[in-house]
Amino acid sequence: MAQTKKDMLVDPLVDNNPITLQVLGICSALAVTSSLQVAFVMTLAVTFVTAFSSMFISILRNQIPSSIRIIVQMVIIASLVILVDQVLKAYAFEISKTLSVFVGLIITNCIVMGRAEAFAMSNPPVASFIDGLGNGMGYGLILMLVGVVRELFGSGSLFGITILETVNNGGWYVPNGMLLLPPSAFFVIGLLIWAFRTWKPNQAEEREYKIQNVEAH
Amino acid sequence: MADTQSKGLIGRFLAASPDSVGKTIFIAVAVCLVASMIVSTAAVSLRPVQEINKKRDKQLNVLQVAGLYEPGIKVAEAFAAFEPQVLDLETGEFTDQFDAASFDDLAAAQDPELSRALENDPAGIGRQSRYKTVYLLREENGDLDKVILPIHGYGLWSTLYGFIAVEENGNDIFGLQFYQHGETPGLGAEVDNPRWKSLWSGKKLHDESGELQISVAKAQGPAGPEHHIDALAGATLTSVGVDNLVKFWMGEEGYAPFLAALKAGEF
Repeated sequence: MAQTKKDMLVDPLVDNNPITLQVLGICSALAVTSSLQVAFVMTLAVTFVTAFSSMFISILRNQIPSSIRIIVQMVIIASLVILVDQVLKAYAFEISKTLSVFVGLIITNCIVMGRAEAFAMSNPPVASFIDGLGNGMGYGLILMLVGVVRELFGSGSLFGITILETVNNGGWYVPNGMLLLPPSAFFVIGLLIWAFRTWKPNQAEEREYKIQNVEAH
Repeated sequence: MADTQSKGLIGRFLAASPDSVGKTIFIAVAVCLVASMIVSTAAVSLRPVQEINKKRDKQLNVLQVAGLYEPGIKVAEAFAAFEPQVLDLETGEFTDQFDAASFDDLAAAQDPELSRALENDPAGIGRQSRYKTVYLLREENGDLDKVILPIHGYGLWSTLYGFIAVEENGNDIFGLQFYQHGETPGLGAEVDNPRWKSLWSGKKLHDESGELQISVAKAQGPAGPEHHIDALAGATLTSVGVDNLVKFWMGEEGYAPFLAALKAGEF
């Protein structure tokens, strides 16, 4: 377990990515990736919450009674999420309207809870902070990749800047409307998981059963 | 024992087993207190900025419902084209008791002096302000073009707040838009769908005899297509809520006296 700090930061990006390897946090990944700008703000919000909640939980880890530890973790996470929500409402009102309930739902995002319970409860604060940062960025990386595909092919733009001139605006590109609907993110994330596991075969899960050759007597 | 004594009160507390009853309660209370202080500090200190955003968003929605919004325009400047007026619902006339630019009709609904409790309350709003801020849009020669009327009412989960834009004849709808609601994303929240909102354009509130006929329903009623807006698929209760609130606000307890005055060409 002698991980260096750099490993902790970089590992969750590809080798131990919370979305593609652990398949956590899918719900919000479907909802907020139809435009890159929104996906980016969501990335910042989740990274902030995972990093700081891991740090605070880690500071308190020796004092948190095990009988109420999940509740204490939730209180810390929820407070940070409300903080983010309030700041967004004040300084990024349009985006906070698009994100609507999904900022609030960071509270129940499995990645945040997962890192708090699996890492921060048994590691020192600095390491927990870096681990949270890394996992938030790993989540964000996938969000951004999915966002690029969905926004580019769904509305012909990236970060709101037109790349492919759509037919409606007198261009040539007929946008694929399905990519703007949440289910399309399932396909994109599925393809990403396939790509990641082809690139790094050790990420593939073992089969739950094996076909055996039984000799007939 | 002597060893623990020397650590002092805090030291002894930190060294105590976290699973003791006293410590469990202490940690629970302490964490909640600190967290609630942080949250409430943030909420209170950021409120002024949020209020400005909300106001701007409301202006933006007035522009959108009147069909004047284009991406990139300066909202505050474009909004200056509107003439805000405080309307006395009962008489259907404007009143200058209040400053129209700052009068808040939603806050007034909580003030017993300015509002009334509703007995017949299809929109589910409880109390209704007797005065509403409406926005008049005039053509260049000063003739009335449209009026933007604020409406609100209960849907499935939340109160929907919005505007309806009515043409100067007091009968033709130009558009409808909600600026705040908490309906189910993908179902009830489709009240924000541009395609659904465009259904409202050109519908008529009253039939030729002056009866209020507008309805949001799955099937077209006997009144004919110009009074019918297709309900949202999969959002029955939100649609019923919108139907009720539009009927309520356009009816006798809402803007009916004002609409009648519009029809008579009084403005």
